[in-house]
Amino acid sequence: MKIDRRYFLSLGIGAAAGTALSPLPWKSMDDSSIWSQNWPWTPVPPDGEATYENSTCTLCPGGCGITVRKIDDRVIKIEGRKGHPVNDGGICSLGLSGAQLLYSPTRLNGPMIKVNGSFQKISWDEAISKIAEKLTDLRLQGKSHTVAAITGSPRGTVPNLFKRFLDVYGSPNFLYPSSFEDSYSHLAKKTHGQKALPGFDFENADYILSFGAGIIEGWGSPVRMFRANSNWKSRHIKLVQVEPRLSNTAAKSDKWLPIKPGTEAVLALGIAYVILRESLFDQGFINNRTDEFSAWREGVLETYHPARVAGITGIEQETINTIGREFARAKKPIALCGRGEGRTSEGIGEIAAIQALNALVGSIGIRGGAFAVPEPDYIKWPEFALDETAADGLNQKRIDGAGSNQYPDTDSLLHRLPRAILSGKGEPVNAILIANANPCYTLPDTQTVIKALKKIPFKVSFSTYMDETAALSDLILPNHSYLERYEDVPVTWSLAKSLIGLTIPVVSPQLNTKNTGDVIISIAKAMKGSISDAFPWKNYTDCLKTTLGKYWNPLQNNGYMKISNYNPPEKMTKFVFQVPDKTFPVDPEGDEKVLPLILIPNDSMRLSAGSTGSPPFLMKTVSDTVLKDNDTLVQVNPNTAKKYGLKDGGYALLKTPRGFKKVKIYLSQGIGEGVISFPRGLGHTAYDKYLADKGVNFNELIGPVEDPASGLDVAWGIRASLTKV
Amino acid sequence: MSTEDENIKEVEAVEPAEDESSRLKSENPGNGIAGMTVLFFTIGFAASLIVGWIVFPNLLYSKKEQPIDFNHVMHMEEVDDGCESCHFFREDGTYSGVPKLDQCIDCHEEIQGDSRDEAVFVEEYISKGKEVPWLIYSKQPDCVFFSHSAHVRLAKMDCVTCHGPIGESTTLKTYEYNRITGYSRDIWGRNPENMLGLKKNTWDRMKMNDCAECHMEETGRKSSVSTHKDGCFVCHK
Repeated sequence: MKIDRRYFLSLGIGAAAGTALSPLPWKSMDDSSIWSQNWPWTPVPPDGEATYENSTCTLCPGGCGITVRKIDDRVIKIEGRKGHPVNDGGICSLGLSGAQLLYSPTRLNGPMIKVNGSFQKISWDEAISKIAEKLTDLRLQGKSHTVAAITGSPRGTVPNLFKRFLDVYGSPNFLYPSSFEDSYSHLAKKTHGQKALPGFDFENADYILSFGAGIIEGWGSPVRMFRANSNWKSRHIKLVQVEPRLSNTAAKSDKWLPIKPGTEAVLALGIAYVILRESLFDQGFINNRTDEFSAWREGVLETYHPARVAGITGIEQETINTIGREFARAKKPIALCGRGEGRTSEGIGEIAAIQALNALVGSIGIRGGAFAVPEPDYIKWPEFALDETAADGLNQKRIDGAGSNQYPDTDSLLHRLPRAILSGKGEPVNAILIANANPCYTLPDTQTVIKALKKIPFKVSFSTYMDETAALSDLILPNHSYLERYEDVPVTWSLAKSLIGLTIPVVSPQLNTKNTGDVIISIAKAMKGSISDAFPWKNYTDCLKTTLGKYWNPLQNNGYMKISNYNPPEKMTKFVFQVPDKTFPVDPEGDEKVLPLILIPNDSMRLSAGSTGSPPFLMKTVSDTVLKDNDTLVQVNPNTAKKYGLKDGGYALLKTPRGFKKVKIYLSQGIGEGVISFPRGLGHTAYDKYLADKGVNFNELIGPVEDPASGLDVAWGIRASLTKV
Repeated sequence: MSTEDENIKEVEAVEPAEDESSRLKSENPGNGIAGMTVLFFTIGFAASLIVGWIVFPNLLYSKKEQPIDFNHVMHMEEVDDGCESCHFFREDGTYSGVPKLDQCIDCHEEIQGDSRDEAVFVEEYISKGKEVPWLIYSKQPDCVFFSHSAHVRLAKMDCVTCHGPIGESTTLKTYEYNRITGYSRDIWGRNPENMLGLKKNTWDRMKMNDCAECHMEETGRKSSVSTHKDGCFVCHK
């Protein structure tokens, strides 16, 4: 039999028919489609029993209580803690993304030393003895005062361990970044005779006059402000937002006053003028609890007629009259300031003008008003002995001029450090310790900061991540993440009742890191003598337990503890009017002829602009009117754009006295003519591919402008130009 | 079988036009050729059915043995609360699934009896505090959300309805998983006909259509009973 083509054909057809009637094609198709959906990069939480741990968020100064859901030793989700006095169950997008920071691949694993420009791993013992040797050397050479430390905040046990270390070592140079809190604190010194932090009882207020405070953009404790804002909406309480740009807060306010940037305090005094002229002020409060009223009144009535104020601020005279009347007639009005998130300071004159409105209507020290909240004082450590070297070192002048005759009430002027390093003879700073701060990203005039830091021969970073400052350091001693360590968190940030929160180790340390508190104690112990003696604690946990004493157990069980209440001492409810001087409005840096525009920053809940870099989840929320591909979009009024020939979506060169950057143009009616803006929090050069090289860092384009009264950096904007490219 | 008939006709119809010269040469054209054609067709048909129904399923699935064996019957005799004694609901309503060492350790701190698996269990896992890496027959893909609580507690369904009479087994069957998808064979069905959606028992297959089928039968709708929501995101989160 000859097998020819036809038989093959029939064999093939038979096979095709049989295959079609078997599961093979159908099952293969089904499986292939399932296989194509097997995405190994999709994170899948482990299965198991969920447990919950209460702790405190430290990603911003807000101090929210968090409840962390875990399965075994793995953090699955971070939620707002119900019943917590700050956030009562709420959480922001940054807090929610905390698990990504804990498990971030850019976390530093173990101490590292820079050798010939690249990092090499070393052991903790080696790292600690290297620092101890270096610092001992400098001390022996009589250069103890050339050692400085920067911490993220001056409050809490860890910053205070740094301060104590510098004291006993012999250096006055303890620095930290300043904020709106420092301006209020200065004012408190003038009006209450002691430094105090601003507190506002927003929950019970019935009229809010905000001079640029980003109520829902991260000002104060963000989740608390969100809740307060919702509460005002449901109670039909009026929010008046004074701001040059249509921010989310302005858009959601009952009245937006689009003011010329930088003239907020002038408007406040114009409003005060209306209240004075129409005798709408609280006579009882003025008589009993204030000083210098007549002189101040005279000053205001002389200079701040609403017609003149209207000319300066761009707000119509009639509006000024209306706001003045509304504010004075409200039962519990509050006036507040601190632009955007409030991370930059304001001039003392400016803040005094705005706080004077609260005094005029008697909204100081009462329910629903403004409070002067005393600094938390639970840290009472034993006195320590200074040896001769330390005493000599401490007598030296601070490198930043804070506390000098010129600025006796200022504790820290971090923005001055770079200039002092660059202009000083020799090596004004020989070693620097930087913890919980990222000055190479957050300080104004960032390029100068980086240049200055490079000049310091020995830089130690305690960062958990490879941030800009860590990348520049000579030695990195990575701290535990906030979910892996014990630490006290004093929460002051505009709360009327400030409190102490506690972070607890929610999970065991994931990497070879150490609590910075422990590292400082270890360094002190390694240096022996009086330095070691000043640190009598076995370790940081021992230090924390001893410091908190009887509060340790309640704090550990409860997670927070209130440290102030509504009954402030009498002197804290008084106000001394500050006769308005010529310190404001503060002019922005730059020549108007060459740089005709004004660039102002804006803050957003979708970006973390502080020392914590935005986690990937947060970056995903940034809209394409802010960041498109890797380009920053600058918000420009269409009329401004027309004048300079700029097109929506087109490229332009943004120039300020501090530098220039290529940006894209975003046309928007939400900003006044001649003013341009883009958010802080972009343009990182370090961290990971989700954050690095995306957009422009605002801080690179702005420089500090000092308040004559306090020396604080009060730059609210800078002159700029946009040129089509 | 219509396909088969059509194919035959087609072959016959094509044949004369295709090879006329060979037909003329042939002594006995017609029957012999037709018979051979049918024969070859049948061979192809039968071979592919064997490949599709027997060889393919065997090739598709890979086999793995459980780390140690387990006797459900013996344990059922020891407990009071049936399946839920070990496969229990947690206080928050979540389902514990396969027991962890914590539940076994009370009885199995010391070796019980003389089985080899028991010795391995105590020595390799209990005393080292290492969880047994059980292979889970009923593990659904990660994208499937399923609440045991809603089905067992609210709808009062039996474990057997979906899991079969596993409580009556004295030994653990071999775990088989799909080489393409990586998922357990029990989801798609152990028998080849299950692959085509045919099944004898409710627990034979646990694919999406089986969920929908039961929902339709029991509630008259495919949507979630508790939320009344319909669509992909009820189960696929």
